Amino acid sequence: MVVHTDSAGRAAHADRLFHALADATRREIVALTLTSEQSVSELARRFPMSFAAVQKHVTVLAGAGLVTKHRHGREQRVRGNPEALREAHRLLDQLAQLWRGRIDRMGAILAEPAPPTSSQPVSTSAGTDHEPHSQGESP
Amino acid sequence: MTVIDVQQDPAARTLKISTRFGAPPARVWQIWQDPRQLERWWGPPTFPATVIDHDLSPGGSVTYFMTSPEGDKHYGWWRVTSAEAPYRLEFEDGFADDAGRPNLDLPTTTVRVRLTADGEAATVMTIESSFPSTEAMEQMVAMGMVEGMSAALGQIEALLAGAPA
Repeated sequence: MVVHTDSAGRAAHADRLFHALADATRREIVALTLTSEQSVSELARRFPMSFAAVQKHVTVLAGAGLVTKHRHGREQRVRGNPEALREAHRLLDQLAQLWRGRIDRMGAILAEPAPPTSSQPVSTSAGTDHEPHSQGESP
Repeated sequence: MTVIDVQQDPAARTLKISTRFGAPPARVWQIWQDPRQLERWWGPPTFPATVIDHDLSPGGSVTYFMTSPEGDKHYGWWRVTSAEAPYRLEFEDGFADDAGRPNLDLPTTTVRVRLTADGEAATVMTIESSFPSTEAMEQMVAMGMVEGMSAALGQIEALLAGAPA
């Protein structure tokens, strides 16, 4: 299997994204600023931490593209970016697809009559029309 | 269809999928325990898995390869960290080189499987898949997309050949 080096930049970006989301305060800041724009001082009043600490969190979030900052008079306003959040879910969505396929195939196997290895009484309907299990696909 | 719940936790790079099967845990455990059954669901029909070694006891390992439609073999391995038949299985899933030796330069995934009886004849299976890094996720996705694409191609070929749907 080839590891695509051209995806390195994308992976680095996604790493910033997941790192930014790994902190509860930062997740809360994203949630708050997605519904309505907030100033850093407004945010600082909501959390039991200093203005500087909140500003640090906002900087990490902005670096990951999760929020954008802009000046409004003397205030620094923060707005959440829903696009970046969608990107964070994209990878997990695709991995969920992989498992959905596997689970569908598991379900198909479990819907078959019990395999001969089981100690359950063998069904007497010997002439079932189940396709013989053809393991050998031509190479 | 059978999937009842999907939970994503981007902060923990974890995916949790729950599903319900109309069979007791002992039967569901067999599809993990029996290598011939495992081969039938781990990869799609067009990217089938072949299991070489298979030992689901704690500390045991599973080695396998998956064959692409072009005939390329992609090797992988599991290292079983914890197992309690028929209810619990935890393993690391990783990539291997062409000789089947674990390639530890490539990231591994932690998979936790829980089987819980739901009445007499049903099981809720929960699969938790955790990734150590974004790179690991990208890699699994790349692999999964290759499989997904070849599965779709296989279906088209079957249609063209006039096979019954």
